[in-house]
Amino acid sequence: MTSTAMPTAGQHGLVAHSDGAFVPVQTRSERFRSVNVEDFAPVNGREHEWKLSPVAAFADLTAGELDGSTLPIETTEVAGIAVSRISRDDARIGAAGTPEDRASANAWSTFGEALLISVTGEDEKIAVVTRTGLGDAPRAAHTVIEAAPNSRGLVVLAGSGSARLSENVEILVGEGAQLTVVSLQEWDDEAVHLSSQFARLGRDSFLKHIVVSLGGKVVRVNPSTHLAEQGADIESLGLYFADAGQHLEQQVFVHHDAPHTRSRVTYKGALQGAGARSVWIGDVLIAQTAPGTDSYEQNRNLVLTDGTRADSVPNLEIETGDIEGAGHASATGRFDDEQLFYLMARGITEGEARRLVVRGFLTEIVQKIGSPDLEARLTAAVEAELEGR
Amino acid sequence: MSVLEIKNLHVNVETDQGTREILRGVDLVINEGEIHAIMGPNGSGKSTLAYTIAGHPKYTVVGGEILLDGENVLEMSVDERARVGLFLAMQYPVEIPGVTVTNFLRTAKTAIDGEAPSVRTWVKDVRESMKNLKMDSAFAERNVNEGFSGGEKKRNEILQLELLKPKFAVLDETDSGLDVDALKIVSEGVNRAKANTGLGILLITHYTRILRYIKPDFVHVFVAGRIAEQGGPELADRLEEEGYDRYQVAESAAE
Repeated sequence: MTSTAMPTAGQHGLVAHSDGAFVPVQTRSERFRSVNVEDFAPVNGREHEWKLSPVAAFADLTAGELDGSTLPIETTEVAGIAVSRISRDDARIGAAGTPEDRASANAWSTFGEALLISVTGEDEKIAVVTRTGLGDAPRAAHTVIEAAPNSRGLVVLAGSGSARLSENVEILVGEGAQLTVVSLQEWDDEAVHLSSQFARLGRDSFLKHIVVSLGGKVVRVNPSTHLAEQGADIESLGLYFADAGQHLEQQVFVHHDAPHTRSRVTYKGALQGAGARSVWIGDVLIAQTAPGTDSYEQNRNLVLTDGTRADSVPNLEIETGDIEGAGHASATGRFDDEQLFYLMARGITEGEARRLVVRGFLTEIVQKIGSPDLEARLTAAVEAELEGR
Repeated sequence: MSVLEIKNLHVNVETDQGTREILRGVDLVINEGEIHAIMGPNGSGKSTLAYTIAGHPKYTVVGGEILLDGENVLEMSVDERARVGLFLAMQYPVEIPGVTVTNFLRTAKTAIDGEAPSVRTWVKDVRESMKNLKMDSAFAERNVNEGFSGGEKKRNEILQLELLKPKFAVLDETDSGLDVDALKIVSEGVNRAKANTGLGILLITHYTRILRYIKPDFVHVFVAGRIAEQGGPELADRLEEEGYDRYQVAESAAE
């Protein structure tokens, strides 16, 4: 005789995990998320999303009260790229993503108005929006970058001067649009900047997303991209140069969630000086909904001196067998003395030789930005870093 | 008239097994316009001599001198040596990602001359040298040695030799791994450089094959870290027939 009795709630083994208390997150897209800061436990630094970050250096941004007033910006008027303010209840707020960590939720809970950067029209154009000298008090900000269907444009969101900023950036790329967003961090030596960036890509749209982190004590930019509709394509690029005592972090997430979507993630960084630190975590999820996905992610670090640390963690999660390709790579290497010898044996001084090699290493990213002015500026900025300026 | 003098040179190298003596008293005088072939079996110290002249940090000079026109080369840094007119064509040129051949050549030429070359003549010179070495013009925009075949790397070395115009060039097994066509092209480049600038050449090789295309004035046989025998071009012919065996027998008998 077989028993047909239903198991009871107290039956051993029914709970999700035999110790009952902890259920590991199985899939990257199933992480806890909320716009409400109170839904997140206080940060202790052992959480998976914080374990490689110096959380004590910015407890005010994860636990403290933030100033949610409007950030001062500088920008020039560009036809086809409008800059305005929208209220918290605008339908576009939350359309691209939801916070996955406490600093992001804290900013979301407290920002007043959001900045809207709206791209329309099919001609190429460039707008630079700069935030300068935000002061030493902790602040929150929210930005929405919206590209209308079939529009084209390049938006630079730049930061310099002082800051203690936690912010969310939402990027909405309409059908067939081709948008480039550059998040450029050139903050002062004491600045802290935590930025969660959420992109949602519509059908056959293309986003080139570039994170350039050069200045700031702690800079953590976490871009996540939802390839939500068929044919969406993300090129995710990053360039960072960590000096002594600097922590530069990026947690990249690409969610393939529709057929024939494509992603290319390439982050390159150089580290120089005692305590220079970089973190790169690259998560790619190819969901069951994404047959025909073509994906590749890589991180390269060039270590220039002793006393640095580069963490590099590629994660690839594939839920469908029907894909075009998926790959990942990570390499962290020292400055190659044989390259130095080769260049010096041709009369080039040691300083110039080092500059050539590092510039060569990082140039792959710089050359893909698509704005000669910005490329020249970043090349000069990288060289200034090399000279310790 | 320039002269490169190597006097009683002793060189050590640090290995995992401790210090090893590689060069054990090398004497050599190369005058401008002369071609000296250094031949010897593997492990005899030929490449060590090449890298020591260029100043590679792996090699420690423990005795002797290298003088260029009376100036102490051993006190100069690697780049200073290049700027006073020494050139090493490497056996295994390294890749420099992200640095184009064009950019590299212009940077090196500027460093050697102390001023940027005139744009118009420089572009023409580069193009002509590349054409002479049968290098496709697309080469100029590729990254230095990245994805180059063995033959392309060697041609790129000789391209630099022609453009940088040193007083003395050390060619470290430039012939190894080349097919006969590439060997001819590379040899013509070396001969052309010599005809144009009258440089002195130290041609390091394991094989006599390249000596059919580059005619040495002197041949030195290198065994166990010193010169075991020297003579004219006829010595190379003898080596081709007899190999290095008799030197190695003599060496082991002496030990």
